[in-house]
Amino acid sequence: MIELLQKYDVLGAFVTTIELSALGAVGALVIGTVVAVMRVSPVATLRLLGTSYVNVFRNTPLTLLVVFSVLGMTYLLGLQLSPDVATNAFRWAAIMLAIYHAAFVCEAIRSGFNTVPAGQSEAARSIGLTFGQGMREVILPQAFRGAVAPLGSTLIALIKNSTVAAVVGVNESANLMSVMIENETAGIAVFAIFAAGFVILTLPLGLWFTSLSRRLAVQR
Amino acid sequence: MSTSALYDAPGPRARARHRLFSALGILVFLGILFLVVRKLQSAGQLQGYMWQPFLVDRAVWRDYLLPGLIGTFKAAAISIVLAGVLGLLLGVGRLSRVAPVRWVSSVVVEFFRSVPVLIMMLASYGIYSRSGVVAPDTAPLAGVVTGLTLYNGSVIAELVRSGVHSLPKGQREAGASIGLSEGQTLRIVLLPQALTAMLPALVGQLVVVLKDTALGYQITYQELLFWSKTLGSAFANPVAAYVVAAVIFIVVNYLLTLLAGRLERRLRSRGGRGAPGAPASAGTPGAGAAGTPAAQPATPSGAGVA
Repeated sequence: MIELLQKYDVLGAFVTTIELSALGAVGALVIGTVVAVMRVSPVATLRLLGTSYVNVFRNTPLTLLVVFSVLGMTYLLGLQLSPDVATNAFRWAAIMLAIYHAAFVCEAIRSGFNTVPAGQSEAARSIGLTFGQGMREVILPQAFRGAVAPLGSTLIALIKNSTVAAVVGVNESANLMSVMIENETAGIAVFAIFAAGFVILTLPLGLWFTSLSRRLAVQR
Repeated sequence: MSTSALYDAPGPRARARHRLFSALGILVFLGILFLVVRKLQSAGQLQGYMWQPFLVDRAVWRDYLLPGLIGTFKAAAISIVLAGVLGLLLGVGRLSRVAPVRWVSSVVVEFFRSVPVLIMMLASYGIYSRSGVVAPDTAPLAGVVTGLTLYNGSVIAELVRSGVHSLPKGQREAGASIGLSEGQTLRIVLLPQALTAMLPALVGQLVVVLKDTALGYQITYQELLFWSKTLGSAFANPVAAYVVAAVIFIVVNYLLTLLAGRLERRLRSRGGRGAPGAPASAGTPGAGAAGTPAAQPATPSGAGVA
């Protein structure tokens, strides 16, 4: 197993996985928050647009989005994000990860809003806070605390789903693993290396988010 | 929906503002739509011959899309059955009174939940096709099924566990009081209720399975995405082929989501009528993610559940 690690740049592949996940996570958080605000807004049209976004992207396979981004967007529509083929694939994969997971981030934030009892905003208004003040001082802090656990699961799913970038040849962990599986006879050992890598990446994160969500939970 | 608590009933000024936001939202949406259409137009992707075959040419459906759908459904169906069996075993294992059984099940569940499905598919496909345990032409299917079974089996195990945890304590005590053994109580009293309560979450999980079959694309499994790519080359309309495949996925999965929501409402209303054991409060047990014991079983506040 040591010689496998010496022969291939496993660490480099995981660094690419982490970069891809980080970019995707930031993008998903930004888009997802905007969509979530749309979905809880009092304006029916915005709610409809937000709901459509979530239903479309939650029900489409990420693989399809990633394959389409390179084969469709780049080669047929000419939307190239970089003259370099590898960089182009990487950027499109990050964008598609963000767009896809934004739907789940939106649902996580919305579930956070749902944990806030109606009485809280009524109380805020009854002591004379304006809508904006009530939102800022009373509702949002509780909503975000309620959203920690589902946001954590979304982030973990995103890290695992970043492997889908392998279908367009981004040089991340799943891609390197398929190369190694092809070349090496020790299939189980190769699998063990990459499985361990993902366990190391996601398990502590999951535990941290669970404890965080407990610590931050609003006692009711 | 508790979201209504976020804002007041709008007055005349708020209504005017809302109309403005509506208009802005529609404008932005139409703007994006316009950009997309113009891009498609200038890339020559909106010509009739590219989109027409889906309506007029029977071969498009007979030779490409239906085989793709069959491939997708076949892998999903086998996986969900196997995952159900595995999940039940692991879930019961995690509930076991025997500590080593519990530990082993926990480790297995946590491991397969943290490894990406694609990694498991690639590894099992590589191992199958190399070792020859599986006939070469079924190796892709076996790879897809293995990956999906291991991952979804552990997810279902968590569902089973949190379902049993969400049952009232009296259920177990009642089983014991009429002289059932530990295992009998689980089998006759607890599991049937837990599984019924889990049904919506299980149907929701089907959406995940169906979507994940598309990962089989990478190991040459012939599912809907694979066939729509072939279709795109055969009819020289790749963009149209991908769009149609996406629409099919969205429609099928959306219907499944609706079904899950409907099951959930029906189960809840049945519980509301006062059937003593029906776990009315088990709203979204699937949300009980990693190691979260059912901490808030008594919240039948009717708060909107996503």
